[in-house]
Amino acid sequence: MMSLIILIGVVLVLVILFLIFRVSNLVGIAKGKEEEKGGTWNKVNAALFVVFSVGGLIWFFYYSFVYFDDYTLPIASEHGKRTDTLFWITMWVTVVAFVIISVVMFGFIYKYQYDPKRKAKFFPDNHYLELTWTIIPAIVLSVLIFTGLRAWNDITAPASKDAEVIEVIGQQFAWTCRYPGVKDKELGKVHYKLIDNFGNEFGLDLKDKNSFDDFKSLELHLPVNKEVLLKIRAKDVLHSVFLPHFRVKMDAVPGMPTHFKFKVTKTTQEMRDETGNPNFNYELACTEICGQGHFSMRMPVVVEDEESYERWKASQESWLKQNPDYLKDVPANLKEAAMIKAGMEKDPGTSVATVKE
Amino acid sequence: MATTNIHTHHEAHADHHEEHEHHHGNFWTTYIFSEDHKVIAKQFLITGIFWALLGGTLSVIFRLQLGFPDMSLEWLRPVLGGWITVQGKLDPEFYLALVTMHGTIMVFFVLTAGLSGTFSNFLIPLQIGARDMASGFMNMLSYWFFFVSSVLMFISLFLSTGPAAGGWTIYPPLSALPQAIKGSGTGMTLWLVAMAIFIASSLLGSINYITTVINLRTKGMSFTRLPLTIWAFFFTAIIGILSFPVLFAAALLLIFDRSFGTSFYLSDIYIAGEALAHDGGSPVLFQHLFWFLGHPEVYIVLLPALGLSSEIIATNSRKPIFGYKAMIGSMLFIAILSFIVWAHHMFVTGMNPFLGSIFMLLTLIIAVPSAVKIFNYVTTLWKGNLRFTPGMLFSIGLVSFFLTGGITGIFLGNSAVDIQLHDTYFVVAHFHLVMGSASFFGMMAGVYHWFPKMFGRMMNASLGYIHFWLTFVGVYLVFFPMHYIGIKGFPRRYYTWTNFDFAQGFTDLNMLVSVAAILTLASQFIFLFNFFYSMFRGKKASANPWEATTLEWTTPRVPGHGNWIGEIPSVYRWPYDYSKPGAEEDFIPQHIPYSETPESNLPHENDLIKLETSDGEGAIVVEGTKH
Repeated sequence: MMSLIILIGVVLVLVILFLIFRVSNLVGIAKGKEEEKGGTWNKVNAALFVVFSVGGLIWFFYYSFVYFDDYTLPIASEHGKRTDTLFWITMWVTVVAFVIISVVMFGFIYKYQYDPKRKAKFFPDNHYLELTWTIIPAIVLSVLIFTGLRAWNDITAPASKDAEVIEVIGQQFAWTCRYPGVKDKELGKVHYKLIDNFGNEFGLDLKDKNSFDDFKSLELHLPVNKEVLLKIRAKDVLHSVFLPHFRVKMDAVPGMPTHFKFKVTKTTQEMRDETGNPNFNYELACTEICGQGHFSMRMPVVVEDEESYERWKASQESWLKQNPDYLKDVPANLKEAAMIKAGMEKDPGTSVATVKE
Repeated sequence: MATTNIHTHHEAHADHHEEHEHHHGNFWTTYIFSEDHKVIAKQFLITGIFWALLGGTLSVIFRLQLGFPDMSLEWLRPVLGGWITVQGKLDPEFYLALVTMHGTIMVFFVLTAGLSGTFSNFLIPLQIGARDMASGFMNMLSYWFFFVSSVLMFISLFLSTGPAAGGWTIYPPLSALPQAIKGSGTGMTLWLVAMAIFIASSLLGSINYITTVINLRTKGMSFTRLPLTIWAFFFTAIIGILSFPVLFAAALLLIFDRSFGTSFYLSDIYIAGEALAHDGGSPVLFQHLFWFLGHPEVYIVLLPALGLSSEIIATNSRKPIFGYKAMIGSMLFIAILSFIVWAHHMFVTGMNPFLGSIFMLLTLIIAVPSAVKIFNYVTTLWKGNLRFTPGMLFSIGLVSFFLTGGITGIFLGNSAVDIQLHDTYFVVAHFHLVMGSASFFGMMAGVYHWFPKMFGRMMNASLGYIHFWLTFVGVYLVFFPMHYIGIKGFPRRYYTWTNFDFAQGFTDLNMLVSVAAILTLASQFIFLFNFFYSMFRGKKASANPWEATTLEWTTPRVPGHGNWIGEIPSVYRWPYDYSKPGAEEDFIPQHIPYSETPESNLPHENDLIKLETSDGEGAIVVEGTKH
């Protein structure tokens, strides 16, 4: 019933609008003078462009300055400072250009609106003007290009040897981390065919002795002020690691491991103090469409000083210890070492040295 | 060369008479399987409008979800059925399908077929002085391939597993594996088949456009006398021919991977409890192939719009377009560069960073010709005598969007800055303004401007103004706030942001965007009413209502089959003789010889008078040797 009334109402409104349209049309014809070039509408349109551009620019500057803190994210990485500086340099360059061009354009639009008494200026070309506005943008852009290139080259340069290596794995719809373990500090080999449903979610190759002390984490723990090399892979479809506060983004590609190196400059606690938000947490998000749960692929990130970070690492149980069934896949001659490395057997001290080569 | 031209011309003329006999009376050959470029243009336009409405509606549905996440969408159940969950929410997977189809529809079906298909078909023969396209039959096929493609894509919307849902870029493995997302089942198959047919349609069209522009120009219509619209369509067609086949290849390999177990794009995949046999493929390969079309595609969409607006702005400023040759040069430069910037979509895909540097360099260079175009538009307005017809308003809107959206491209083209901005709402804001809205406004400008020639009647101007202002303000309200949301880091294609602390807030802006989107879509109905009403009841137009110079305005009020009654006019001057000093009127059409306008001729133009008398034949030869 209600919807019927609404429907009738809508139809009535449309009919009335149509009638108004017809009447105004007929009145126009009766007056005999259909809207000529340079009529009222021409002035209205010209004025509206000015209102629009002035209003728009005021709103733009007002919002951009007043709500600055609302739309910017704090930075917590070394290269992030650099890319943000580049971002804001580009912003200032382009905003200046944008304002000048807008003002000039909408100014012309208002100033040169139709006037039957005037004739437009026949001005088909001018090589000096063309050259000027080819060369000036070219110079400005070259500056932006070269600063950008230098930043990009530094950011993508190979990581240093002693960088902290951590593996991040994307799958529908969760992230997992694998740490190389405190004993060998090397990630064990993996192969996707070894992945199974019962526990070997990494596809860990237990023939590789580096895999024994690897451990899994559902939180990404990072040391502050130390270079970190994220090794990124995906199990099923494309994902993308996005650490917004660190200005880090890199796709996770099945079949093609990727990586990103960066250095975090603020611990979680420091960030909590700085933002005045005691619940602040760093986060890792997915930014490559990956299916139904794309929007929910969140991994908490914890940044600590190096000491607590090392302590945390040492306190983690190795994957093998959590999944002792997989000891059967370890070659017989390495079983002893595996047990020790995985922390399943007490380290008998000196005798280990021989096992460890 | 000259003789060939004349010869063709006579032949076309003869054809015209023959066809006149049997081209009346049959509804099917006149309106459905027509080979007349004007009818085909209208077919493209109407189909494009249908798709635009559908694509716009899809976007409003997902904007409801983003702007009003708590709203019950139960009332959509009669339309969407099972895609509304028990809680009265939009299904998250269907949300992705909506996003995907919105992108696909708008980019390919509206802004490629609807824009280029309409105006290339309509304007090329009319503006170069040809009876029709080089091959009317191929032209007809082009439309009907597009129609079949449309039908398939439309059917895919109604599948129980939904249409393709992996984003309009259909990156594998997501698009290759039905286990990964429901939309990658039959929906994706239909998507690929529809696109393959669409590509065929696009190629048939483009080949025709190029051939027609090269071969069927009338007497005196040298390349340097072509209106900028034709230049734009010409470049667009070349870009299309060179890039669409690559998308076809990409799609074909994806079909192989999906159906025949090959591994072009797939490797090392463990999904749904099993490790797949695919080995050695690379998902990044697909991205390279896709963007090898995908980036030129941006210019396939944009160049025609720029061409149309160049013409409209010159006409309504009553001034020659400033820097005609610079405009052609910048379009040529953009067209070339458009092929070597594709990987800027892939800075953070794990591609070799060195490639990233190269593509960043090339990408930012493209800003130079784009800037030149904007400066030339602004200078065209300077000291003009501006008539704000609806077409002119939409063209100014285009320039404004091109500026606002183009500027953010300088951020995104910088690979270092792009690390943070990639796949955030900043990108969404950027491309919707610079390519989506700008091209859409170009299309609207074209419809308002050439409606009198299409249907012989005027559209109601007042409704046009209202339509423009609502849409112009609406589009800015939709896309400008997205810059802020993007700088904050909100990722694209998210069903909701509630899971993340960093992406909190902006409920107000998101609501504003959604409301503006709804109002913008609603105001398109003003246009629709105006369009269809004026088609039948609009004021009858004069043959040249805008007092423009190009050839199409020398045709009768409603040009019939063959366009001109009697002989095709010859061309004696460039298309932008507006407000020439000394001339009585503020425009001199292209077909007026210099001998008739001694009062306004420039010195070198007086020299051309001698050549005009020699029946045009000599004129062409001399033109040829002169350049």
